Amino acid sequence: MFATILDVVIGGLIMGGIYALIAVGLSLQYGVGRILNISHGEFIMLGAFATWSLYTFLGISPLLSLVICGPVLFFIGFLIHGTLFRYLRKKSKSAGAFADSSLLASFGLLFIIQNLALITWKADIRGYSYLDHSVSIFGALFAANRIVALIFAVGISIAFYLFLTRARLGKAIRAAAEDPVTAQIMGVNIHRVLAVCFGLGALMAGFAGPLISMIYEIQPSMGLEYTIIAIVVVVLGGLGSITGSLIGGFILGLIGNIVTYFDAGLSLIAYYVIFILLILVKPTGILGK
Amino acid sequence: MDRARTLPVYISSYVFSCLVFLLLATIPLYVNPYLVILLTSVFMYIVLTLSWAIFSGPTRYISLASSAFFGVGVYSSAVLGEVLPIPAVIFLGGIVGSLLAFCIGILTLRLRGMYFIIFTFGVSELMRHFLLWWETNMKGTVGRFVVSMEPETVYYFMLVIFAVCLIVAHLLKESRFGLSLRSIGEHEEAALHIGINVTLLKTLTFALSAFFMSAAGAIMATRWTYIDPSIAFNPLFSFMPVLMAIFGGIGRLSGPIVGAAIFAMLEEILITRFPYYYMLIFGVILILVILFLPSGLVGLIKRKSRRSS
Repeated sequence: MFATILDVVIGGLIMGGIYALIAVGLSLQYGVGRILNISHGEFIMLGAFATWSLYTFLGISPLLSLVICGPVLFFIGFLIHGTLFRYLRKKSKSAGAFADSSLLASFGLLFIIQNLALITWKADIRGYSYLDHSVSIFGALFAANRIVALIFAVGISIAFYLFLTRARLGKAIRAAAEDPVTAQIMGVNIHRVLAVCFGLGALMAGFAGPLISMIYEIQPSMGLEYTIIAIVVVVLGGLGSITGSLIGGFILGLIGNIVTYFDAGLSLIAYYVIFILLILVKPTGILGK
Repeated sequence: MDRARTLPVYISSYVFSCLVFLLLATIPLYVNPYLVILLTSVFMYIVLTLSWAIFSGPTRYISLASSAFFGVGVYSSAVLGEVLPIPAVIFLGGIVGSLLAFCIGILTLRLRGMYFIIFTFGVSELMRHFLLWWETNMKGTVGRFVVSMEPETVYYFMLVIFAVCLIVAHLLKESRFGLSLRSIGEHEEAALHIGINVTLLKTLTFALSAFFMSAAGAIMATRWTYIDPSIAFNPLFSFMPVLMAIFGGIGRLSGPIVGAAIFAMLEEILITRFPYYYMLIFGVILILVILFLPSGLVGLIKRKSRRSS
């Protein structure tokens, strides 16, 4: 009995760690940039497939891919914001109009990236085994790669949180989120900060992708499911709240794993039900203003 | 702008619409069967886009629940198709869709902007996943078979739904009701203060637009003959109407119709010619439209013609 509970709880924390990582990226893109990035999951998918290719064909360790995928995706995200979203922002008459059009544009990105991945990697389900010997924690058995993924997810989340609260650029980002106009007067280059934020969201996806590919099977159409999970977590934590997203990730991971324990097919349904109830009862989330 | 139009122009546009529909009604007599089937899908997209624009056009609430209503219609057809005649199935499917929309409308009264968009998306995805789970666990099979119909019959039913949808959309736009809806889109609080029952109006219009989407789903199912939750509740049915309406231009009724017609043809060409790059091209067009055609194709043509005259 104790072993089962421990199994479900630690399993939930592992899922939760990855959810938190994904959600923080989306939260930053929405909270600061006002872009509900539906293509967020596609960046995760790109990271996962790049890792798979590097490991299968070149034998490069997934943990090393983490360091490669993150910065590469950051740069791609930075470029996308600097061109597409910057132009959209300039043309939009109001903040609401920008939110709508950027949402639709991100759907376009979703189609483009997913199609490119389908051409490159075909529609097959892929996977590889890395660090898959089991480790015992208080009698419950876990594959080593899951524990490694959890440690990395938590580590990256903490580092990211520290960056936002302590570093100079992090403070500029939070200032831009609070009040873009005043931040600009105070000497914050708003266009660069917004592009960096979008890039940082992609960076988080670039970290999550390799970790996910270590644990789960991957396919080019996997992205949307992760995007939806990220949206649920972000709403759960409160739109725009980074701390809320971190906590929300772990809560949702735990709930998901408990539901999976009873019926694996119901976990995604449970997320939607939580999401819908949450929007109806408390749309500001657990830490929202 | 509409008020400035003179009466003869008004009558001639009515006559023109009637002539077009008469022409469309005779089409199956002299064209090949493939074209009839293609036109049926074109009309399906027009109905989806036009009914989406009935609600989302004036109120500016972007709904991504179209696939939920469409899917409900498809499943009504699968469940009722064997026991009831097809006109009754279409009507009941529409009613079920309206009831669903009414419930969603009541639940989402307080939601605006982004929350409304993701809520409607969440509802349609929840229905798809729940039905998938239900069919595999409770019924043992994922798909269902629907009583099939002649392509011409499906064509005529779709044409009738299109015509009714257009008439309703037109009457609504010209009425006090439509004017109140537009005032919600302009400024919801102001609309509330001048005595418009915002809640009732939004919910009723949402239910009305869902009726046509479900009706289209109900008749479309008889052409597909085999359906499963992923076909019926395909998220593309939610995105396409938004895209088509924006592409055509939301302000007037001709916008969604032109946008849907062009896009549906384009989709057909892309799928048959470039099956592997279809989504890629689609995504690029989507982004280009948002960047360079914010007021839509009809808006662009209007601007051009005004400049030249």
